[in-house]
Amino acid sequence: MAATQQTVDAVRDVEKYKYGWETNIDSDMAPKGLSEDIVRFISAKKEEPEWMLEWRLKAYRLWLTQQDQEPDWAKLDYPKIDYQDSYYYAAPNLGDGPKSLDEVDPKLLETYDKLGIPLREQEMLAGVAVDAVFDSVSVATTYKKKLNELGVIFCSMSEAIKEHPELVKKYLGSVVPYSDNFFATLNCAVFTDGSFVYVPKGLRCPMELSTYFRINEKNTGQFERTLIIADEGSYVSYLEGCTAPQRDENQLHAAVVELVVLDDAEIKYSTVQNWYPGDEDGKGGIYNFVTKRAACRGKNSKVMWTQVETGSAITWKYPSCILQGDNSSGEFYSVAITNNRQQADTGTKMIHLGKNTRSKIIAKGISAGRSNSTYRGLVRIQPKAEGARNFTQCDSLLIGNQCGAHTVPYIESRNPTAQTEHEATTSKISDEQMFYCQQRGMNPEEAISLIVNGFCKEVLQTLPMEFAVEAQKLVGISLEGSVG
Amino acid sequence: MSLIEIKDLHVSVDGKEILKGIDLNMDGGEVHAIMGPNGTGKSTLSYVLAGRDGYEITQGSVLFNGKNLLEMEADERARAGVFLAFQYPMEIPGVATSTFLKTALNAKRREQGLEEIDAMEFLNLIKSKTKELEIPYEMIKRPLNVGFSGGEKKRAEVLQMSLLEPRFAVLDETDSGLDIDALKVVSDGVNNLRSPDRTFLVITHYQRLLSYIVPDHVHVLVGGRIVKSGDKTLAELLEAEGYARFEESEAA
Repeated sequence: MAATQQTVDAVRDVEKYKYGWETNIDSDMAPKGLSEDIVRFISAKKEEPEWMLEWRLKAYRLWLTQQDQEPDWAKLDYPKIDYQDSYYYAAPNLGDGPKSLDEVDPKLLETYDKLGIPLREQEMLAGVAVDAVFDSVSVATTYKKKLNELGVIFCSMSEAIKEHPELVKKYLGSVVPYSDNFFATLNCAVFTDGSFVYVPKGLRCPMELSTYFRINEKNTGQFERTLIIADEGSYVSYLEGCTAPQRDENQLHAAVVELVVLDDAEIKYSTVQNWYPGDEDGKGGIYNFVTKRAACRGKNSKVMWTQVETGSAITWKYPSCILQGDNSSGEFYSVAITNNRQQADTGTKMIHLGKNTRSKIIAKGISAGRSNSTYRGLVRIQPKAEGARNFTQCDSLLIGNQCGAHTVPYIESRNPTAQTEHEATTSKISDEQMFYCQQRGMNPEEAISLIVNGFCKEVLQTLPMEFAVEAQKLVGISLEGSVG
Repeated sequence: MSLIEIKDLHVSVDGKEILKGIDLNMDGGEVHAIMGPNGTGKSTLSYVLAGRDGYEITQGSVLFNGKNLLEMEADERARAGVFLAFQYPMEIPGVATSTFLKTALNAKRREQGLEEIDAMEFLNLIKSKTKELEIPYEMIKRPLNVGFSGGEKKRAEVLQMSLLEPRFAVLDETDSGLDIDALKVVSDGVNNLRSPDRTFLVITHYQRLLSYIVPDHVHVLVGGRIVKSGDKTLAELLEAEGYARFEESEAA
C-alpha cells in the first residue's frame, strides 16, 4: 500500500503544480479527469504520429457529445461513473514494486499456491521488480526471436503504431469503429496500450501467443487496445489475462479488442479474466466494460472466442463475430462466475452476412452469494446469408438462494433458409448432489468445485491445455465461501 | 468395544419420530442385515449414520471406533471410513467417473497424510478394480451415473466402495432395480470386500440379496424399532412368512 500512497501523493503534487501540468511531458502522471489536453498528453507521452493523435481527438470529441448515451440496457446496477474523477494516464512504475515475494501480501501468495503457479511466475504477477525475474526476461527474449524468424509481428500497440503504421492505419478501428459505442469511443481517445499481432499468409503459428510474454508492458489494463490480424490461410491462438487475481488501483476499465480474419484463416482467442471483484460487500471492485469483436472477412475464415470470467465487480462484455465471408464460422464459449456482490452481463453477437455461415454459442453462467449473472446474446441472420446456421446453448447454475441468473437471447432471422436453435436450462446444485460428494469424503468446497467444473466442462476443454488446468482450479477458488 | 455402537437412537424428521430407539452393536468382520417393510425407517437409519442433513437426533448415541459419529460432518465420517452405497446414486453431469473417483480417493489420502495418487498408479488401480467387477473400462470415462442403467449405477457404487476401502459400509437397498445377473456381480463384489477389519450393514426389503451376501446377523426393523434379531435363518423365515406378524405385534 505504501507505493499506492506515494502515487497518490505524487499526483497531488502534480495537480498542485501551478504552471499547469500539460507542458510537463516529463511527468509520469496526468492529473485526474479527461479533457482534450489529457488526450494530447497521452499521445505525446507515447510519441505518437499526428494521425494517431487526430484519431484520438476525433473519438474524444464524439465522446463528449455522447454523455447521455452511456449504455444502460444491461442488467447491472452501479452508481453513476464520474469520468472526471478517474486517472487516464500513469506511466508504469517499474522498480517501485516489492523487492521479493517476502514483501507481497501473503493472501495473494496463498491463492497463487492454490493455482499451482510456479514461483518465478508468482514474482512476475505480484509485480516484483523486473530485474529480479531474470529467467522470465530471457524466456521472453528467446520467444520473441523465434516469432520474428517466422514473420509474426507480436508487439505492444504503441510499438506497432511506430513500427508498422501501414498495418495499424489499415485495420485499427476497422472492426470496432471509433463511433461504435460509448465505452469503445472512450477507449479510442485514451487507450494506453495493448497487443498487436500480425500473422503472415499461410503461417500456422506454432506457439500460443500470450500477454504474459509481453512483460515490459505492465499496467496496460485500464484502457487496453488489442488488434490481431490473421492473413490468408494463417492460424493463431492468443491467450489474454491470467488466472491469478489481478489488482489495479483504477476502478474503470474499458478495453477494445479487434480481430481481423482473412480467407481461410483462423483465430482462437482465449481469455481468463480475474480482476479484483471487490470485497464481500462489493466495495472496491473493477468495472469492466469491454468491446471485443471479430471480423471474419474472408471465405472459410474462423474465430473461436473462449472466455472464463471470474473477476470484476461489473462485467459488460459481448465478444462478437461478424461473419462476412462465405462459409465463415464463429464460436463463442463462455463461463461467467459471479459470487458475493458481483454482477456480470455478458454474451455474444453473431452477425451472419455471408452464405453458409455458421455460429455456435455455449454459455455457462454460475451465480453464487448475492450475485447476478445475465447472458445476453444476439443472433442476426441477414437476407443474403443463405443456409446460415446457429446453435445456442445457455445454461445457468445457481448456488444458494440469494443470487440470480437471467437469459436474454435475441434471434433475428431475415433469411428463410437459415436455421437457428436455442437451448437454455437453469439448475441448482442440489443438496443430494452435495451430500453424495461429501459422503465420498470431499469437503463442501471441493464438492462445489467438482460439480461446477463438470457443469463448465464443454467450455473449459476448449482452452489450451495449461490454461485449462489453471482455469479448473480457478473455478473452485472463485466460489470459495459460497457454501455456508 | 464394538466398531459401531448404536445406543437408544431416536430420530425425527419434521417433528415426526421415525426411529424410536435403535440399539445395535456391530463388530469388525461382521455382516449385519436389516430387513423390514417399506416406510419403517431403514433408509433413515442409513442416512443418519452417513450424516445427511435434515434428521433430528432427539436421543441416543452412535460410537464409531470409540468416537462420537453424530458430531462429525458427512465428509469427515466418510474420510474416517464410513461408506454409504446409495439406493439412488446421484448423477454428476460433466464429471467423468474416473475424475470423481480420483477426487474422492485423494480426499481420503489427504486425511491420511499421503500425497495425491500418481496418475499411472491410479490408472492401474482402476483397471484392476473395474476388471474385478466386470465394469467395462469405457464406463469410467462417462460422467458419473449420467445415463447409467440401474445395474451400472450399483456397480459404480461397489467400485467406489472397493476403491475407498471403508471400515464400515452401509448398503441401502443395493438390490433394488437389479436383474439376477447384475445382482450376482454386485454381490460378488461385496463378498470380495469382506474382511476381518470391515463391517457391513446391508439394508434390504427382500431376502433374495441375502442368499448372495450371507449375513452373520439379521435384524427386523418395524415401526422404527428392531423387533427381532437372529442369524441368517431369520431372513429365510421372513421370506416365507412376511412381516405381518411383526407388524401386528408392533401395533399391539
